[in-house]
Amino acid sequence: MDKGKTKIRIETFIRYSELMKQLVVRDLKLKYRRSLLGYLWSILNPLLIMLVMVAVFSNLFDRSGDIKNYAVYLISGRTVFEFITGSTNDAMRSIVGNASLLKKVYVPKYVFTLSKVTSGLVNMVFSMGALLLVMVFTGSPFTWYFLLFPVVLIQLYIFCCGLGFFLAQANVFFRDVQYIYKAFTTAWMYITPIFYSVEQMHGTVRYIIEYLNPAYYYVKQFRCFVYEGCLPDLQVFAGGCIISLLTFAIGLFFFKKSQDKFILYI
Amino acid sequence: MEERIMIDVDHVTIRFNKATQKIDNLKDYAIKFIKRELMFQEFLALQDITFQVGKGEGWGLIGTNGSGKSTMLKAIAGIMKPYKGKITTSGTIAPLIELGAGFDSNLTARENIYLNGAVLGYSRQFMEEHFDEIVEFADIRNFLDSPIKNYSSGMKARLGFSVATVVNPDILIVDEVLSVGDAKFKKKCNQRMTELLENDTTLLYVSHNIKSVLKLCTHALWIDKGHAVMQGRVEEVCEKYMESQGLTMED
Repeated sequence: MDKGKTKIRIETFIRYSELMKQLVVRDLKLKYRRSLLGYLWSILNPLLIMLVMVAVFSNLFDRSGDIKNYAVYLISGRTVFEFITGSTNDAMRSIVGNASLLKKVYVPKYVFTLSKVTSGLVNMVFSMGALLLVMVFTGSPFTWYFLLFPVVLIQLYIFCCGLGFFLAQANVFFRDVQYIYKAFTTAWMYITPIFYSVEQMHGTVRYIIEYLNPAYYYVKQFRCFVYEGCLPDLQVFAGGCIISLLTFAIGLFFFKKSQDKFILYI
Repeated sequence: MEERIMIDVDHVTIRFNKATQKIDNLKDYAIKFIKRELMFQEFLALQDITFQVGKGEGWGLIGTNGSGKSTMLKAIAGIMKPYKGKITTSGTIAPLIELGAGFDSNLTARENIYLNGAVLGYSRQFMEEHFDEIVEFADIRNFLDSPIKNYSSGMKARLGFSVATVVNPDILIVDEVLSVGDAKFKKKCNQRMTELLENDTTLLYVSHNIKSVLKLCTHALWIDKGHAVMQGRVEEVCEKYMESQGLTMED
């Protein structure tokens, strides 16, 4: 009985994987349609923002002295964090935004949420072009460890799917969630060591960053591979994996529990 | 010959929350909660409906506006879950509840054909094989690469119908979608539906046009305010229905 259910689920997933692919392709196609530089913006945009941030933080606070190769440090952290906020924000709107479709055709609802996070992942891989450019430009050393970056990507993807599921279902019942999440991500950004290093922090703040902020685990691992050229601490790696699986389980649980009620609220 | 049951609707009740206002933000929720107004005002769109559709039959759902016909179709298509009772269907379902529901107005017709096909769960390979057939039927060859937002509603409907019926579905669900096309296309659609019916496709059809129900369907279910009033052979049900509306078959 239970085995049959799982089989049906897997079959449905395979059947609708084509839809997921189509939705991701649509997102990417429409993102830069009618813009002159097209996909180049995926690289240019993070570069421009990085330039602004480097200018502000290295001159205004004179912080760059503590961190070697500040530009690479900053853009590597931002790449990870942008993926988290970008993909979860899109995922949050995935159910409400496809209301007209969900009311008329039967489609497994998670397909929309997953496709948004997947689009975000593809975008992140594009934006790594910017990271590479900065590394070449600043003469930052490349190591073999760089090639291990997919290890972080997998954890990140699972984490963002889980968070996306949770936000998407919550947003169906309470549209306030979008505004709350917006404020939340701003706070989240400041407690994530993107433009400062965690060593500069002390006491409670440092404790919060290192132990209570999931993003820290991914930023840290990503920087190990691409910036420092080393393996991350086992503790950070294991922590990142556990957090991603736990978030995924929680998100999926809430999503599954409430998905039959979506139709009444969208 | 054994009659196979394709759709089994077993004592189905569908419930809506008929709140006076929709509560979709926390502030309203908190206020209503404090004022103890968070009562669930239930509204039963369908009550205890039971009917079985055999393979190759065509069922027309008739009834006045707001009687629950579309809700019934949505429940059978799997869009809504019944509150009580059970719906069992076998085989593939092609829902034509609103044509082109999966269209993205910024994409071109070509891209939309593939997207819509995926929404209906068809594989990429299948869509590639039948691409020309779809374009041919919809008669939009000259506009394939223009964004669909520039299409007229009739053109969109044509495209939607072509994509949805390219497959030979086991169950075809049609909800008054053909009212937008021109006479020529309507005729084409009716032909295609008759053709599908001859191929043992089961049809569920909602329409206010009793004539087309009589033409396409073998059976009918008359729903009024969520209750099944009558079911059986299409002629008998339609006649009774028309009588109740104070009309004769000739109107």
